Amino acid sequence: MAAVQDGQLNMEVEKDIKTEITNDGSGNINANSSSPGSTSSGGKSKSPAGSGEDQQTLLAVLQFLKRNKLTESVDILRREAGLSADADDSPVSDSAGAGSGGVPNVSADGGDANSLLSRVSIATPVAPPATAPPKGLVRSHSKVMPSGGEDQPDVNVVLSAYSQQGDPVLYPLYYNGLKKFIESVLDCHRAELSQVFYPLFVHMYLELVYNNHENEAKQFFEKFSGDQECYYEEDLRILSSMSKKEHMKGNETMLDFRTSKFVLRISRDSYQLLKRHLQERQNNQIWNIIQEHLYIDIFDGMPRSKSQIDAMSGSLAGEGKRDANKAKVFYGLLKEPEIEVPLDDEDEEAENEEGKPKKKKPKKDSMGSKSKKQDPNAPQQTRIPLPELKDSDKLDKIMNMKEATKKIRLSPDNLPSICFYSFLNAYQGLTAVDFTDDSSLIAGGFADSTVRVWSVTPKKLRRVKSAADLSNIDKESDDVLERIMDEKTASESKILYGHSGPVYGISFSPDRNYLLSSSEDGTVRLWSLQTFTCLVGYKGHNYPVWDTQFSPYGYYFISGGHDRVARLWATDHYQPLRMFAGHLADITCTLFHPNSNYVATGSADRTIRLWDVLTGNCVRILTGHKGPIHSLAFSPNGKFMASGATDGRVLLWDVGHGLMVGELKGHSDTIYALKFSRDGEILASGSMDNTVKLWDTLKAFDDVELDDFTAATGHIHLPENSQELLLGTYMTKSTPVIHLHFTRRNLLLAAGAYNP
Amino acid sequence: MAEERRPKQCTVVLPTESMKAMAESIGVGQLQEESCAALSEEVSYRIKEIAQDALKFMHHGKRRKLTTSDIDHALKLKNVEPLYGFQSQEFIPFRFASGGGRELHFYEEKEVDLSDIINTPLPRVPLDVSLKAHWLSIEGVQPAIPENPPPAPKEQQKAESTEPLKVVKPGQEEEGSIQKGQGAISAEAKGKKEGLMRMKPRSTHELSVEQQLYYKEITEACVGSCEAKRAEALQSIATDPGLYQMLPRFSTFISEGVRVNVVQNNLALLIYLMRMVKALMDNPTLYLEKYLHELIPAVVTCIVSKQLCLRPDVDNHWALRDFAARLMAQSCKTFSTTTNNIQSRITKTFTKSWLDEKTQWTTRYGCIAGLSELGPDVIKTLILPRLTVEGARIKAVSEGPVVSNIDKIGADHVQSLLLKHCASVIAKTRPLPDNMEQYRADYGYLGPTLCSHVVKARAQAALQAQQVNRTTLTITQPRPTLTVSQSGIGGSGGSRSPSIIKVPSSLTLMSTRPGTPTQPSPPATKYIVMATSAGASSTQQVLDGSLVITLSSSSGSSVTSTVASATSTLQPLVKLESRGAGGLGGSRPLQKYIVVSLPTSASSSLESKSGMLPPSSSSTSPISLEAGMKMDHTGYVPNGTLLPI
Repeated sequence: MAAVQDGQLNMEVEKDIKTEITNDGSGNINANSSSPGSTSSGGKSKSPAGSGEDQQTLLAVLQFLKRNKLTESVDILRREAGLSADADDSPVSDSAGAGSGGVPNVSADGGDANSLLSRVSIATPVAPPATAPPKGLVRSHSKVMPSGGEDQPDVNVVLSAYSQQGDPVLYPLYYNGLKKFIESVLDCHRAELSQVFYPLFVHMYLELVYNNHENEAKQFFEKFSGDQECYYEEDLRILSSMSKKEHMKGNETMLDFRTSKFVLRISRDSYQLLKRHLQERQNNQIWNIIQEHLYIDIFDGMPRSKSQIDAMSGSLAGEGKRDANKAKVFYGLLKEPEIEVPLDDEDEEAENEEGKPKKKKPKKDSMGSKSKKQDPNAPQQTRIPLPELKDSDKLDKIMNMKEATKKIRLSPDNLPSICFYSFLNAYQGLTAVDFTDDSSLIAGGFADSTVRVWSVTPKKLRRVKSAADLSNIDKESDDVLERIMDEKTASESKILYGHSGPVYGISFSPDRNYLLSSSEDGTVRLWSLQTFTCLVGYKGHNYPVWDTQFSPYGYYFISGGHDRVARLWATDHYQPLRMFAGHLADITCTLFHPNSNYVATGSADRTIRLWDVLTGNCVRILTGHKGPIHSLAFSPNGKFMASGATDGRVLLWDVGHGLMVGELKGHSDTIYALKFSRDGEILASGSMDNTVKLWDTLKAFDDVELDDFTAATGHIHLPENSQELLLGTYMTKSTPVIHLHFTRRNLLLAAGAYNP
Repeated sequence: MAEERRPKQCTVVLPTESMKAMAESIGVGQLQEESCAALSEEVSYRIKEIAQDALKFMHHGKRRKLTTSDIDHALKLKNVEPLYGFQSQEFIPFRFASGGGRELHFYEEKEVDLSDIINTPLPRVPLDVSLKAHWLSIEGVQPAIPENPPPAPKEQQKAESTEPLKVVKPGQEEEGSIQKGQGAISAEAKGKKEGLMRMKPRSTHELSVEQQLYYKEITEACVGSCEAKRAEALQSIATDPGLYQMLPRFSTFISEGVRVNVVQNNLALLIYLMRMVKALMDNPTLYLEKYLHELIPAVVTCIVSKQLCLRPDVDNHWALRDFAARLMAQSCKTFSTTTNNIQSRITKTFTKSWLDEKTQWTTRYGCIAGLSELGPDVIKTLILPRLTVEGARIKAVSEGPVVSNIDKIGADHVQSLLLKHCASVIAKTRPLPDNMEQYRADYGYLGPTLCSHVVKARAQAALQAQQVNRTTLTITQPRPTLTVSQSGIGGSGGSRSPSIIKVPSSLTLMSTRPGTPTQPSPPATKYIVMATSAGASSTQQVLDGSLVITLSSSSGSSVTSTVASATSTLQPLVKLESRGAGGLGGSRPLQKYIVVSLPTSASSSLESKSGMLPPSSSSTSPISLEAGMKMDHTGYVPNGTLLPI
């Protein structure tokens, strides 16, 4: 995309800003003090659809009047509503304007990397453009996509979505006619055309409901709901409860169906067949729906098989458009900074942390060699500004490398050991868990609004002394870092109070100084692990925040929740830097790419989206899950991604190509935890069904043959090899697995609450 | 694609009567039918909407159960004030009632006497959240430690012994679970393929070095001289999950041990071995069916053997017979099926040797004990008719010329045994009045003594009823179930408490077990089993250890008063047992049990209540299980089942 290239050119400018980022720590406290004032953020999230929608309706009416040459009424109405004349002069561009929520703005000026910080540092209120209802955001997103260009003006959708009214009695006949036709076509086309059934069914049903044909709608539903694919059952259940026009108002699922076009991928031949059939039969009702509510992505070539279609379908709004996944993604890793590694003798224990710099040898390791040359797929080192390494970070990196030399090489014959941390007496209240990267701390979020931090090493948790005591300390002494800690407060665990609702997401900062937690109360909180107090409450999501995640380089973090918008924050800004809008349902999980340039979000609309942090664009839409996605994991090389959903399946994705490359079946319940081993050979998955499963990912990725054709079309044949890939299943007694973590030496840690 | 695959989802709405009832409850009197219909649809839609939102919270809370707080959060999402006052710890015990063609689910809110609550000591403060680590897998192999599930789950062991061909072996377990998740076609294909492989099951009979060491230690401790060590070993057998592989060894050990020690008349060792059997049976992860061919002969030997000890006149071998008889009854209850017919075969064996004139008193005692442990119906059909004959024989010994001291002791024991078991049965079945002469006419020599026992039993039952009437409320009062979950994973640490695992299993065993087809089973009854231990009862404040509890039929109706229509059809059964738990060794504290059996219709509520009973440490005792099971078989054995096998 052009914007991306621009960004690369502007790197020089960006460096100036970089200095600004590095002041964290104290900056956070400042942000804290000002955070209560951030009330403007309240309007950002889903405002009750009222005002925005009214406005749109008004515009629609005006447009309608104008089209019918009723200029007088137009004037009157305009005067009444107090609208400026230009508001409706260009209805089409206007609709685009109405939809231009945060995203287009962001994407427009996202070209230069400065915007990332400058926008916030001058405290430009992001709020006004963002106040558009999520609907607007959703739609605006499709504007960003080049393919969305020929979209209908939104205003029309609101007013006339289901106004063309056919005879309700004929609906079942229409549907049946199409069903018969599709059943009669050649096998190769049948599977493709069958995709039409579900969106058609939904829209016909909604049309009936909208036009107050309640009984016909019920009959229609009963007659044909059984035909739909079983993975749509959830949506059908919601649909079935909607039987009155009044219900459609304010129903989110409804909005999704009405405002987003269901995307189908159909080969040209099949599409021609369908078109000819509908035109022959004069079946305008169905043709209208297809024209208006469906987006048919036509491709040349062989029609897809049933299994190919099934693998990709299942999301709320059909598959991702093909060109939605065409943007280049720099999935490579950033270069590791050059750090001289003091190599201790092999037999020395890693415990002497301060390190005795004796013999300085250059490190010979895979890590070291990787850092030598730039990965062609990696983004520019400075594509987004990253915080500078501090001394303590360097120490940690050294530790990391030392540990890495002792890492166990995993393979199907050499499985990792699993250490399970059970939370006892949690009474069903454990909602989130995270480990620090060095596996020294474990944090749990609980339904009773508390966050608890445990030390799993003999080193106890200590608080920094109070300010008065700190002033008495000799600041010049060598062990000042030791002296500032209050020995009296040493304990194995600490409790953090502050949230007022269940804590659903939790994440340690890479430097172990901070902890993030997101909660039902709509806030994300940043806690200091030095003082064990809350530093900042980030307000912006007014609805439950389901997940939050620190960037692997710290400083940035991402949060996503019920308001369907993922927000990118920097710890020292109380307002988000980016808002990623586009999902059609709750964002259930968020994850940073290892190079920190991208963010993946999984959603209850059963899609995964990958967002470019720099531009704010959505660069991948991955469909194929049949249930809300609850876990995501990137492979350590950044090339692959794994996702787990309530349907109990793990899907593997090639990030670069935007392709599904594997399907791992075996779990029988929601997968809440996924993690690749440190070298990426093994994927561990943990589920509500009380099992941890290990999968051979090397084999999984090898088995997929990617020729140019499949890469281009995305029509991939998935091998049915889940059993061969499954390396082990480990049952717990009665503990759902909700978090997994590989230590630096490739020991697998799992966590969950014992459920007697 | 069957049209009727899904239920008619869109037609599920609340009945209009509910609308009326709700309107009336807030003072709106005359609500028109149309308004009701409109309201009910609207309300149903809103409820569904909220439920769907609440599900989101459940998923993100990483739970499988929807809680009231999820509903609250969903309401909050819609800007509706949450419903206050509906906090529940675990689940809401909805009760079900039907009548007049209508079905009703309701939340039972009892009237609680405030003073009872004030006077009961406070429950313990719930334990704080804590973290515990264990190895789920070591280099790909799951260690058999208490924290991990048993390598071969009980269901699988059961399937293995009952349907050996269909079973998935432990090693293939994973593949089996995958198949579930897959499409039907591939699963079928795999099934065929594996079917061929399974013809030759791979079974390793080697024990690892650790297991060998464990086996050696355990067997030595079980038959050794140190009682403390033995208690520990038995505890380990009764709770450790990883014993599946050693089961054949244990079974052979017991069988051989009994064979040798019966010959040597080593009473102590026999007792130890029987306690091992007991522990094995108590282990919730083991399914013994495969090893009954070794265990049952051993147990039966201990019941009926002519001589079990060196000095029959002094040693208390009677206790061993009682204990073994109870074991026998327990295994009958658990493992008897139409295929193996254990119960009828055992009954036949006992009856045959009892009927034999030449049988010794010791064996005679064992036979009677074995039979009477099988339940009141066995007593009624097999023992009561023979009371006269047996009475005459006892009379011959006790009043006739002194034959031998041993015979006399034996006759005495048989007499007290008969009295003990028969009295309770007669008290329940025989109509009043208890006439001494009538008893003599019916039961011969034992008649008069029996009569006085029956009177005593009746009086006790009446007394019990009163007391229970007073205490029912507190007994069944739902208490925070926190105590159940306190000790957590039952780990090897100090907090190991097997009760967590065992209480539910023993309860379900009782309530769900269907009567085997050979027996004309009565309507399924459910039980509450409560146990108090005089020694270590910390959680149960309600029944103090010394309280002698009696129950009567009226207690049943008091508990089930809400379902009054059903109580009249069935006679609640009530039984009191009070005896030393171990019966042997005397090392265990005295325990008391109440077993209440109630009519079916009340069972749903009782079941849920029993789940909420404060678990006392003693409720894990084998006897509580056994006592419950004894009551389970209220309908047993018409003579037809005594046909030769």
